Amino acid sequence: MSGIRTVVGAPAERREGREKVTGAARYAAEQPGTDRAFAWPVPATVARGRVTGVDATAALALPGVLAVLTHDNAPRLAEPDDPTLAVLQNPEVPHRGWFVALVVAETPEDARAGAAAVRVTYATEPHDVTLTAAHPEAYVPEEANAGYPARTERGDPDRAFDSAAVRVDTAYRVPPLHNHPMEPHATTARWDGDRLTVHNSGQGATVVRDTLSALFEVPAERVTVVSEHVGGGFGSKGTPRPDVVLATMAARLTGRTVTLALPRRHLPAVVGHRAPTLHRLRLAAEPDGRLTSVTHEVTTHTSRVKEFVEQAATPARVMYAAPHLRTLHRVVALDVPSPSWMRAPGEAPGMYALESAMDELAGELGMDPVELRIVNEPDTEPDSGKPFSSRHLVECLREGAYRFGWAGRDPLPRSGREGPLLVGSGVAAATYPVQASPSTADARALPDGLFLVRVNATDIGTGARTVLAQIAADALGAPLDRIRIEVGSSDLPSAPLAGGSSGTASWGWSVHEACTRLAERLAGHSGPLPGEGMVARADTTGRADAVSPWARHAFGAHFAEVTVDTVTGEIRVRRLLGVYAAGRILNPRTARSQFVGGMTMGLGMALTEGSTMDAAFGDFTECDLASYHVPAHADVGAVEAHWVDENDPHLNPMGSKGIGEIGIVGTAAAIGNAVHHATGVRFRELPLTPDRVLPALLAR
Amino acid sequence: MKTFDYVRAASVEEAAEAYAARPGARYLGGGTNLVDLMKLGVERPAALVDLTRLPLDAVEELPDGSLRVGAMVRNSDLAALPAVRDRWPALSQAVLAGASGQLRNAATTGGNLLQRTRCPYFQDVTKPCNKREPGSGCGAREGVHRDHAVLGHSAQCVATHPSDMAVALAALDARVELYGVEGTREVAAADFHRLPGDRPDLDTEIRPGEIVTGVVLPASTAGRPSAYRKARDRASYAFALASVAAVVRVESGVVAQAGIAFGALAHRPWRARRAEGALVGAAPTDDAFEHAVDLELAAAEPLRDNAYKVPLARALALDVLTRLTASART
Repeated sequence: MSGIRTVVGAPAERREGREKVTGAARYAAEQPGTDRAFAWPVPATVARGRVTGVDATAALALPGVLAVLTHDNAPRLAEPDDPTLAVLQNPEVPHRGWFVALVVAETPEDARAGAAAVRVTYATEPHDVTLTAAHPEAYVPEEANAGYPARTERGDPDRAFDSAAVRVDTAYRVPPLHNHPMEPHATTARWDGDRLTVHNSGQGATVVRDTLSALFEVPAERVTVVSEHVGGGFGSKGTPRPDVVLATMAARLTGRTVTLALPRRHLPAVVGHRAPTLHRLRLAAEPDGRLTSVTHEVTTHTSRVKEFVEQAATPARVMYAAPHLRTLHRVVALDVPSPSWMRAPGEAPGMYALESAMDELAGELGMDPVELRIVNEPDTEPDSGKPFSSRHLVECLREGAYRFGWAGRDPLPRSGREGPLLVGSGVAAATYPVQASPSTADARALPDGLFLVRVNATDIGTGARTVLAQIAADALGAPLDRIRIEVGSSDLPSAPLAGGSSGTASWGWSVHEACTRLAERLAGHSGPLPGEGMVARADTTGRADAVSPWARHAFGAHFAEVTVDTVTGEIRVRRLLGVYAAGRILNPRTARSQFVGGMTMGLGMALTEGSTMDAAFGDFTECDLASYHVPAHADVGAVEAHWVDENDPHLNPMGSKGIGEIGIVGTAAAIGNAVHHATGVRFRELPLTPDRVLPALLAR
Repeated sequence: MKTFDYVRAASVEEAAEAYAARPGARYLGGGTNLVDLMKLGVERPAALVDLTRLPLDAVEELPDGSLRVGAMVRNSDLAALPAVRDRWPALSQAVLAGASGQLRNAATTGGNLLQRTRCPYFQDVTKPCNKREPGSGCGAREGVHRDHAVLGHSAQCVATHPSDMAVALAALDARVELYGVEGTREVAAADFHRLPGDRPDLDTEIRPGEIVTGVVLPASTAGRPSAYRKARDRASYAFALASVAAVVRVESGVVAQAGIAFGALAHRPWRARRAEGALVGAAPTDDAFEHAVDLELAAAEPLRDNAYKVPLARALALDVLTRLTASART
């Protein structure tokens, strides 16, 4: 197709932008309904034990309260695949904050007051919520998140380490982190006889429909789940959460349309978190910088409800050429809330540790950290031996170094000073795997010249509608404004969730196929179209999920310049630069937004964000946006995102890699390395807040 | 929900009467803290007496060179007042260091003084807190207390007062004007907030039903070099880890006047009288500043996880004192 006609690669404006900024976009808790009731959960106030009694008398006596659901009267569910959804099914309390009752009332205020009036008694048991690297109950699981093996080993990493010329043996800690999307997890549910309609703030309506169908034992065709607009998820809405189950139960029990928007303060315990990770890294190298041995061992926690293992040692399987390599995950089941996905699970904490250790190694070698990474560029994927479908990390590093002005940098730590400020710069690499899942879509040519493309994609704020319309326009050879796109309902052709940076690849693949097929049919058609138009369908099963002979990953390089105030220990990021090699960039406007958003989240991970597990009470202390410190505007200086063009034929018809997560991956390490360059102090625990930084500066 | 009466008062007299007539009433200013606490169940007032329509939004120059700021002047407006920026810059800086632009637009001068601690145990009704529920215990003392007090805490309470503004007022010798059924009175801003002792439920010296009607910035600190500096976890919208407000006047090579107050170290703005005493009459040298500040902070009793606050407060104080006296030292 001609370069002029193509709209993939054009900075098309977000299709729902006007609706969102004018407030016309309706979110899950904003669905109208004359019979609407509101629910408010009651969280457990003990860290471990069982409910011995729920006294709802006082709550039920309050004005407006319609019902109190407990494990005694809540509808029985089929056993869920995800045990965190088995709410109000038994009296067990696996962690503080687990929901033990639900109040349904005429207004949200009535429901909240009702929840406060519910009296719950418990039999408590001793609890343990403290993760340590030497925890006696730590074990090596069968696999880590996303099905990665928990352990890999090649060669003899210990012997290679012991005999190496240059060595780094170091440890890093990443605290628990929370996704905290702007829109809380919310559901509005309604039963019409045996038909269920649910509006849910989630990252994938098909999986929510299938889950509800299984839990409530209703055929999937009688369940509709709509996720039209979603105010952020960052992984925490990638799976159905208790709100969708509770609202559906409450709607069934009361016969009303029920809205449950989880209170912000409840979120830290019930919608997942990034588990804390304790890292030990041993890197060994020849004097010329070539790695001879890499060992990355991670200890993390999971809940007693389910096993989730943050796959933080997996990036070492991808990044650098080393003949001897060991990666290992260990996990401890504690009485803590269940961890789950948070933007770049595995890569974000894992690359923070690995890329910080690489910076330490560069220091040991007296080598430029950009060059150290280039020297260790592998020919094939270190873990699998597969060839890379495309890998342009070196180009990202070089382009980034050029744009950042790395060349004139004095490598000496503490060499930059402006009055009371120490100034430093740092670099780190980033990587994220290319993934795709089977998806269906259909495309219809209408007699009026418009095209209707339907796929149950979810736009969680990324611009999915916009990019899918661009893909459709190109495949159809039609102008962008002739494409209508429908996403966000389980009644549309089934599609996977927005997660793993795979949404556009998965949905776009099926949209591309359906539209290509429709274009072929139209080419063979003469005369006017029938009234219902002409339709083509696609299902990418067997292709999107085919095992590839290629190792497929996106790569990137992050550069940061920081100032460290020697009076207070406060760190500010002056400049943040990311350069990415992520296949074909389909829409530079929405892509830049994703990259910059990821980098900003990485800045928060480096400097401000962290959740504190309260050992006595068993909950996370920071449970509002005043105390869980995501970066404020004033924290974010100049943030730039660029990319190098990649033409990779081994991905999908669009040639795209995922871009939703890689922005966060190397950012924290780049900032941490810049802080070391500025101060001469190597901090090994995040976030880098003044309480950590100032004492270290003073002790130096 | 728990219903409450709402009364919009037109005069302080009317407000005080409405309060007295309704047991369990609370005064409402900008609502930036009280309304949050109501949502959390920490406050469960029977009535709200809204003070925001009272004629207390004036700023008056008084004949003696002091400035009276009405209690309903919004924080944003207070910080922007030319008189405050010129003559008591520490106050303007402190207000602007607090909260966010949106909150400062709503928060009032009187309400800022009366805001409650942000101790997480105080805000969580499922946990013990002697301030919220006397006798229930303190979750913070052995719990999560990185943000808590290092000075003047008690076995009962280790909370800090969250205000930035109040720290500047304490250092600047401001006075708090109060109206009550027994009449009007003034309390020094530095004495307005209490230490917890065995009554951590009492934050201030205010008497039941009294209304903060204004604060007076005195002539004695007008036009003197003053500044506020705060350290925090992020660049905006974060409470202080430690802060300092100071006013210093140097004459004939010695410190003639000093007012220093620390924030986020104690249950109240911590007026550093010992440090001031050591400074007045001394030459404004690094040694003198260090000696004075160390003398003050020698009283610190950090908890398990907040010892960093002492060197942080020290560094802030030395920095501010040095900057305020820079011209006199050269």
